[in-house]
Amino acid sequence: MAYTTRLGRAGEGLTPLLSGAIRLALPGLLLLAAPGLASAQEAAAINGGDTAWMLISTALVLFMTAGLAFFYGGLVPSKNVLNTMMMSFIAFGFSGVLWAVIAYSIAFGGSSPYIGDASMALLNGVGLEASGTIPHILFMAYQGTFAIITAALISGAIIGRMKFGSYVAFISIWGLVVYAPVAHWVWNANGWLFGMAALDFAGGAVVHVNAGAAALAAAIVLGPRVDYHRRAMLPHNVPFVLLGAGILWFGWMGFNGGSALGATGLAALGVVNTLLAPAATLVVWSLLDVMFAKHMTAVGAATGIVVGLVAITPAAGFVSPMSAIAIGALATFPSYFILRWRAKSRLDDSLDVFAAHGVGGFTGALLTGVFATTALNPAGQDGLLYGNPRQVVIQLIAVGAVFIYSAIVTVVILKIVGAFGGLRPSADLEQKGMDVLSHGEEGYATGEGAILILDEELNGTAGKK
Amino acid sequence: MKLIKAIIRPEKLSDVLKALYQAEVRGLTVTRVQGHGGETEEVETYRGMSVKMELVEKIVIDIGVSEPFVDVTVKAVMNAARTGEVGDGKIFVLPVEAVHRIRTAERDSAAVTPVA
Repeated sequence: MAYTTRLGRAGEGLTPLLSGAIRLALPGLLLLAAPGLASAQEAAAINGGDTAWMLISTALVLFMTAGLAFFYGGLVPSKNVLNTMMMSFIAFGFSGVLWAVIAYSIAFGGSSPYIGDASMALLNGVGLEASGTIPHILFMAYQGTFAIITAALISGAIIGRMKFGSYVAFISIWGLVVYAPVAHWVWNANGWLFGMAALDFAGGAVVHVNAGAAALAAAIVLGPRVDYHRRAMLPHNVPFVLLGAGILWFGWMGFNGGSALGATGLAALGVVNTLLAPAATLVVWSLLDVMFAKHMTAVGAATGIVVGLVAITPAAGFVSPMSAIAIGALATFPSYFILRWRAKSRLDDSLDVFAAHGVGGFTGALLTGVFATTALNPAGQDGLLYGNPRQVVIQLIAVGAVFIYSAIVTVVILKIVGAFGGLRPSADLEQKGMDVLSHGEEGYATGEGAILILDEELNGTAGKK
Repeated sequence: MKLIKAIIRPEKLSDVLKALYQAEVRGLTVTRVQGHGGETEEVETYRGMSVKMELVEKIVIDIGVSEPFVDVTVKAVMNAARTGEVGDGKIFVLPVEAVHRIRTAERDSAAVTPVA
C-alpha cells in the first residue's frame, strides 16, 4: 500500500515495524506494548502521544530556519544583513509552497528507486489518515520543514553577491530536482540508498552533505566576492551568531528527536545524542581555538555547535550517548582544519557551509557506520565497532553519491538560471551592499536625512525608474 | 576665545568629564571617532581569518572656552586622560573667529561663559 512505502525513512522510518520491534526487544516494555501492538495491527491508528511530539517537532524544525537566518545574518557585514537573512526567510515561502505542490510527491511517492512521482501532487491523497502512527499531512509538513532549511543552508556560500531573483529561482528548482530526489533515495522504502541499508537518521546526507555540496558548487560557479582577500569581511553582529546557534540547537531537538516519527524511546535517544554530541564538539573546538587563535572565540563556539549538530544528525537514533560524545569530538577536526584552510584559499564559500555542513555531514555519516548498534535500534545496522565494517563502505557510497549528484546538478541549475537572469550584480553595486540594491531597505536605518516622498511625486517618478 | 579639541581614550571619558566639571568647565560636545595614535594594533580572529585592527575607537571632546579657561581646561583633560601608554591622545588648541549662542544671540566671550 502506498502509505507504508511513503513513510519509509531509514531505520527509524519503518515505524510500524520498528515500534513493534523495539517494544518486543525490550521485555520491560512488554506490558506497555500491548496497545502498541494492537495499533500496529490495525495500521491505520493514530497515536495521540506520537502526534503531539511530531506537531512540536515540526514547529521546532521550522524555527531552525529563523535561527539560521540569525546565524548567517550576524556573520556578514551590516550592508548585507537583510539580504542574507532574507535568503533564509524566502525559503519558507518558495520551498514551502513547492513542497506541498509537488516536491513531497517527488520525494515520498512512487516505487522507483531513483525518483518519486506525481501521485501526491497538490497533496492528492495526503489527508488526516494515519501514516505510521501520525496523520499523513503531519508527516508531509514535518518533511517540508527539512526541505525549507536545506535550501536556506546553501545561501551561506554565496551571500552578498547573488541577484535575489536568481537566488529564488535557484533554490526553487534545486528543491525539486536535487532535494526531493535525494530524499527519495535515502528515506523512501523503495529508494536505492534505503535499499542498501545506508543509515541516515535525520538527514546527514539528505540535508547536510546535500546542502554542503551545493554550497561548494555554488561558491565556485559564482566566484569570489569582488573584494575577496583584499578586504576582511567581519561579522557585524556576533551576538546574532550566538543567538542563531542557540536557536539551531533548540530546533535540532525536533530535527533529530522528531526523526523517530513518534514519542518513543528512540526519540529520547535522538534528543540526548543531540544534546551531547555538540557539547563535545564545543569542548574540542574551543581547545583548538585556544591553540590556534589564542582565544576561545564566540564565532568559533557557535560554529563548533553547528558542526556537532550536523555530525550527530545521521547517527542520532543509531548510536549510544557515549558514542555521540565521541562522534561530536572526532567530527571537530576535519571541519576545523578545512575551515582554516578555506579562509586562506581562493574558495569564497563565505560562511563555510561546505566545511560545516558538507564536511561535518560526511564525517558524521562515516562515523555512523562506525558507532551504530542494533542493540539500541533494531531497525538500524551494526557499525564497524560492532563487527560490521561493511557499513562504513555503505555510508561512504551514500554520502559520495549524494555529494556528486548535488554538486553536478547545482552547477547545471546555476548555469541555466544565470543564462536567463544573470547571477551577480555589477561589481560597484555589490560593494555598496545588497540590502538597498535587492530589497530597497537597510537593516539599521537611522532615519536621519530621510525625507518622506509624497504619493504624487512617487507616481511621477515611477515611470522613469 | 579658543576651541579645545581633545582626542582621548573612550575608557577615560568618565574621568575627563569629572575633571572638567570640577574645573567648572561647562558646555562641551563629545564625538565617537576612530583613529590611530601609533599604538600596537590589536589582532582579532574570526574563523581562521586574522585581522589587524588599524583603527581604534577614540573620543573627541570639543570645548569652546574664553581665554582664562584655556590652561585650566587643557590641564584638566591632560591629567585625567593620561595613562602613560602610547595612544593616550592629543589636545589641540585652535583660534576661534567668532562664537554665537543660538538661544540669546550673544557673541564671543559672552557666548562661551557658562549660564549662572
